[in-house]
Amino acid sequence: MFKNQYTRLIIILFMSALAMWIDASNTLKVTNPINGELVMQRSVSPRLGLDLQGGLQVLLEADLPANTAVDPDALSVARTIIENRTNALGVSENVIQVAGDRRIVGEFPGLEDSEAVLTILQRTGLLEFVDMGNNPPPVGTVIETDFGLAAPEETATPTAAPDVTTAPGTTPEAAAQPETPPAPIYPTVMTGSDLKTVEVGADEFRNYEIRFTLTDKGRQIFADYSTTHQGQFLGIVLDKEVISTPRIETPITEGAGRITGKFTAEEANALAIQLRYGSLPVPLKIVETRIIGPTLGEDSLQKSLIAGMAGMIIVILFMTLYYRLPGIVAAISILFYAAIAFAIFKYFHFTLTLPGIAGFMLSTGAALDANILIFERLKEELRSGRTLAQAVEQGWTRAWSSIRDSNIAAIITSAILFWFGSTFGATIVKGFSLTLAIGVIVSLFTAIFVTRTLLALVLQWFKPKNYARWFGI
Amino acid sequence: MNILNKRYIYFALSLLIIVPGLIVLGVKAAQNNLPLSIDFTGGSLLEVQFEAGAAPQPAQVLALYENFGTRDAQVQTTDSGSILIRSTFMDEPTRDQVITAMKSQFGGEVTVLRFDSVGPSIGKQVTSRAAMAVGIAALAILIYITLAFRRVEHAFRLGLCAIIAMVHDVVIVFSLVAIGSLLFGWEIDALFLTALLTVIGFSVQDKIVVFDRIRENSNVLRRLEFEKMVNHSIVQTLQRSINTQLMTVEFLLLALALFGGVTLREFAVVLLVGLLSGTYSSIFIASPMLVVWENREWRTWFRHPERSQA
Repeated sequence: MFKNQYTRLIIILFMSALAMWIDASNTLKVTNPINGELVMQRSVSPRLGLDLQGGLQVLLEADLPANTAVDPDALSVARTIIENRTNALGVSENVIQVAGDRRIVGEFPGLEDSEAVLTILQRTGLLEFVDMGNNPPPVGTVIETDFGLAAPEETATPTAAPDVTTAPGTTPEAAAQPETPPAPIYPTVMTGSDLKTVEVGADEFRNYEIRFTLTDKGRQIFADYSTTHQGQFLGIVLDKEVISTPRIETPITEGAGRITGKFTAEEANALAIQLRYGSLPVPLKIVETRIIGPTLGEDSLQKSLIAGMAGMIIVILFMTLYYRLPGIVAAISILFYAAIAFAIFKYFHFTLTLPGIAGFMLSTGAALDANILIFERLKEELRSGRTLAQAVEQGWTRAWSSIRDSNIAAIITSAILFWFGSTFGATIVKGFSLTLAIGVIVSLFTAIFVTRTLLALVLQWFKPKNYARWFGI
Repeated sequence: MNILNKRYIYFALSLLIIVPGLIVLGVKAAQNNLPLSIDFTGGSLLEVQFEAGAAPQPAQVLALYENFGTRDAQVQTTDSGSILIRSTFMDEPTRDQVITAMKSQFGGEVTVLRFDSVGPSIGKQVTSRAAMAVGIAALAILIYITLAFRRVEHAFRLGLCAIIAMVHDVVIVFSLVAIGSLLFGWEIDALFLTALLTVIGFSVQDKIVVFDRIRENSNVLRRLEFEKMVNHSIVQTLQRSINTQLMTVEFLLLALALFGGVTLREFAVVLLVGLLSGTYSSIFIASPMLVVWENREWRTWFRHPERSQA
């Protein structure tokens, strides 16, 4: 590959320039020099993991019996819904990912108030309009409906007892009916999926309410239903819990309505968000939460970075002192390696975590190992009386099989670790294995391409006579 | 330099380190008190920082937890003065109530440094997956070595010796954690597992470098006795092993263990010892075992009191 040393050198210089550009900037911007059009824009600001900046990590699991398979599409829809809900809450930089075949992991860096997010995450958010006949159950009752088979996610008692006005023509009525038969199954008229728009509003007394409009289909269903069921009660049910039971006074044909109650602004907002982004196709429950305070992270990041620098400096010193001329070349190629690897992490938005830093340092070790294997071989060949050119050539060809075989083992274990980390949303394990694997691959490249080219070039310009001094043998 | 003639001494040395650790682990297992973190067992871990001077006594914290129906909580004070409480699984609302109660009972501001809560079912699955991951890693590597050395005589033997030496490293790491759990309250958590699998990967890497030299020498030095040839190969790769391991990887990890944050210390130390053991075992365990196997030395183990036939 690229026999000419100078071609190789140009490639190396080009790559380092590119890498340094990515390393040094927060946003990549390429504009067309002729007409000034924006060709490419990409944010490459480093993303810090929760262990470094603090925050919340939540693992959600499908709340179905363990032997039921979870539809991957449904899980992916649930992921999108959760992402939309949390984005709407104003939580920035959150990462929601499907983990394995029945779990979703959510990360909320820098999040202080976790309660709001936790509440909104696991609520299924299934809104139903239920035909309650003439005897509606009291507000707060958990009822059975004939819609779907999804079990209610959570049955927390509401902080307020809201009632509803479906505008116009109905009067709120929430009187308890003691004669309600035990656990009847109510017919569902329609669900939240027939809502078109959902907004939070407030009346002149600062009472918060949810205002909604219906889709054409929903309007039709609602109009038909309210015409045939005049004088009866309509149940508004969220996750199988009755939140209000207005009475239908006159047919409702314009396809709009309000849900009123003693909502606080936050409650109204949360409810609106759940309704707006639809209900989860799979019921979810929280199986794991991790909250990391920000102070712990800051401290660790600085210390680890200092440790990393210190380690690098010692290693570079050692390489130069021990391997002399090739050592200097190796030190340069290690810096090149670090620049390339870091640029890859930034470009592909890898999350930087503490174990990730450790993984990076380990792969630096792998990069050095490749160099050391080659140099030891080089010295051996020189000792056995070969010319410099022969020794350099032999050093590379002979060491290559060891370097290749040994690094593949590291890549295999990284892959297994990555698989393990992904199934459980253990982003820390994932981050480590990814940085390690990428680092090992880049280190292979730098050893065979960069060190080799640079050393060959140096030896062309500068022909050392004293092997003992320049190669340390 | 003859490294291989003292091979039984190396085996004994390794046993000397392994056996105490295994005894500790065995005793802990018998007491049903393995140092497993909540990653595997499920449960909650709460780390809180109180204002200077306001930190409560462990007994007070225990009493507070009992009010919330959590009986078997464990309270530990860290070096930095924060309080670490391990308990059974606790959900978010309960945690908030606990924090509120702490503020009112012990006074002052209470900062949550960390709160981990793992449901019991997920812990079980993590454990079985972890065991599976280690198993698959070992198998994949055995297959890989057998393939990589397929043109060499006894490729499977090389693979098996590498795996045995790898198991040696794994046991050393467990032994270390067992002793660490006694002395510093270390725990086996997901990060430990990460370190363990890394040790496996790098341990095999070391073995491959040595075995690769054996592969090369077995062609070049055909007339040499097997044991001498292996010894020669070890000596040839010794410089590289020392330089890579001691001078570079260990330097980097030592820096991390010494200066890196508390969170990474256990991880760095486990890696440090594990990788060191990986290098040690390629020279002093895996290669000598090849010789033992080649010479079929087990035939003489119980017959002659002195085994030095090398």
